Amino acid sequence: MFGPLPIQAFLLLAALLFCIGVWGLINSRNAVRVLMSIELMLNAVNINLMTFSSYLDGDLIRGQVFAVFVITVAAAEAAVGLAILLSLYRNRVTVDMERFNLLRW
Amino acid sequence: MTIANSTELICFVVLAAVVVLGSLGVVLLSNIVYSAFLLGGVFMAVAGLYLLLNASFVAAAQVLVYVGAVNVLILFAIMLVNKREDLKPVEGLQLRRLLSGGVCAGLLILLVRVVVSTPWAVPGPAAIGEGATERIGEHLFTDYLLPFELASVLLLMAMIGAIVLARRDVLEADVGTGDAVDQGLIEKPSTPLLVDQSTR
Repeated sequence: MFGPLPIQAFLLLAALLFCIGVWGLINSRNAVRVLMSIELMLNAVNINLMTFSSYLDGDLIRGQVFAVFVITVAAAEAAVGLAILLSLYRNRVTVDMERFNLLRW
Repeated sequence: MTIANSTELICFVVLAAVVVLGSLGVVLLSNIVYSAFLLGGVFMAVAGLYLLLNASFVAAAQVLVYVGAVNVLILFAIMLVNKREDLKPVEGLQLRRLLSGGVCAGLLILLVRVVVSTPWAVPGPAAIGEGATERIGEHLFTDYLLPFELASVLLLMAMIGAIVLARRDVLEADVGTGDAVDQGLIEKPSTPLLVDQSTR
């Protein structure tokens, strides 16, 4: 009684996840939450890549290879980002994004 | 995967609900520890979506890297910077939230319009299903060999960079008095260099 899942279902889910990530990235005051929002956005992009790989490129699955590279870069980004966060916390004794304004004019 | 269409639909609805509600929780909940655990749930649900999309290898990589490494790293960071602090109210914060909410809603509407109005060329070539892992391996060692090697260099750079950034600098002598500093491995209470004294 149901047809196969349309490609739009996955793309709409990824768009929604990306927008939630963008909103969290702009509005979070906790620096750790900013990093989490970036991870949400990267996951949304990965869902898009996997959807296109499965629906439009089922033979060569280049999207899956791209997703593996995105996961690699995301892991590196998380490690470096959290190290930066730790040294920021050590110098400022806060994780409030509003007070990281050393470079603001 | 070869499962019935209705089963696929039910799986998709459940996973999508977990992803959307979990990510809303990550962004909106005030307790950061709840956010971190919900983020783990979102990662697991995304791995489930990958399984629906015939990608078992990437689903396994997602669970191993995201849930096993990134989420644990985030939990460690929360543990290390876990200080209850009352955030100072910033004027215009509500207005900023509304404005950025409007911008994000506009972006969502734009993306939805693109997704709905584009004539996608489906169905494409038949999915290779279980042979996906072998095909990824072939790609990684033939036409994507250079990015693969660069990814390993990137991981090495990230590892060294994280160690250098997170390391506590130890000075040979005290800057103020010139006395020798004891070089124990025990964490010492740090002297914050850049804390503006007016706000403390």
